[in-house]
Amino acid sequence: MKAKIVITPKKAVLDPQGKTVQNALAQMGYTGVGAVHVGKYLEIEVTGADEEAARKQIDDACHKILSNPVIEDYRFEIE
Amino acid sequence: MNFGVLQFPGSNCDQDVVHVLRNVLGHSVELLWHKDSSLGAADTVIVPGGFSYGDYLRTGAIARFSPVMEAVQGFAANGGLVLGICNGFQILCEAGLLPGALIRNRSLQFRCEHIFLKTATTDSPFTNRIPPDKLMRLPIAHGEGCYFADEETLAGLKANNQVLWRYVDARGEATEDANPNGSLDSIAGICNEKRNVAGLMPHPERASEPILGCADGRLVLESMIHTLRERGVQKAA
Repeated sequence: MKAKIVITPKKAVLDPQGKTVQNALAQMGYTGVGAVHVGKYLEIEVTGADEEAARKQIDDACHKILSNPVIEDYRFEIE
Repeated sequence: MNFGVLQFPGSNCDQDVVHVLRNVLGHSVELLWHKDSSLGAADTVIVPGGFSYGDYLRTGAIARFSPVMEAVQGFAANGGLVLGICNGFQILCEAGLLPGALIRNRSLQFRCEHIFLKTATTDSPFTNRIPPDKLMRLPIAHGEGCYFADEETLAGLKANNQVLWRYVDARGEATEDANPNGSLDSIAGICNEKRNVAGLMPHPERASEPILGCADGRLVLESMIHTLRERGVQKAA
């Protein structure tokens, strides 16, 4: 199995990277570009057959170390 | 007294801290490797700056789970004095020993310069020897020093007098221009509610000798020494 995790800055947190990318896109002439949020993408290979157990473990790891709940949100899927 | 200075792979201010404590202030120092699960005979702990574990994932995120940090958690819970400098501050926030987090500088630039620092309260083990109106001139060197906390946490910090230092200009005003990284409320350093754990982004250890241009940083370390002395800790060789 593989866990695909997306971590993004919380809405209330200043995201200067996103802002800079947004400005660059506008400067390049892309129209209709709104707020940009720059986050992280992780792929984790998980061994075993129990998807529920894997889900629980990945959720725990996301909460404890892979993201910082003070500043980031996360979501993931297992396939 | 015995200072314990943590050392992670990627720490690079540990020897500066050791030098100031040992050679300038005359105290004994023990380096504590990240795999150590005991703090030895340390009376107090300093988490120095650098790029622990290469700053991978997030600054301080991996260091926070090292065995030595388990020991620091217990030490802090028992009232032990812990100071985090720069990356050390980031590690203490990740560890939950201090509230909030340090994120990318608003400018996206790594800032390496001298700043003015105003002490917001002398009522802490880390600031009690700093004259109340003193503007300290200290160096900063960081890319992720923008202090962030949600509104509730920030209100709590203020209500409990936990903000220890703010970035100010040469006149002592906390202006936007004097804030090098976009920190909320110009916050440069805070302490926990129990006031025994503190962190700051500027580097007191790099400004503790006149030959380096400024010795203001000594005031932070001398405050800790004063506090430990009052607690009855004896000066070791």
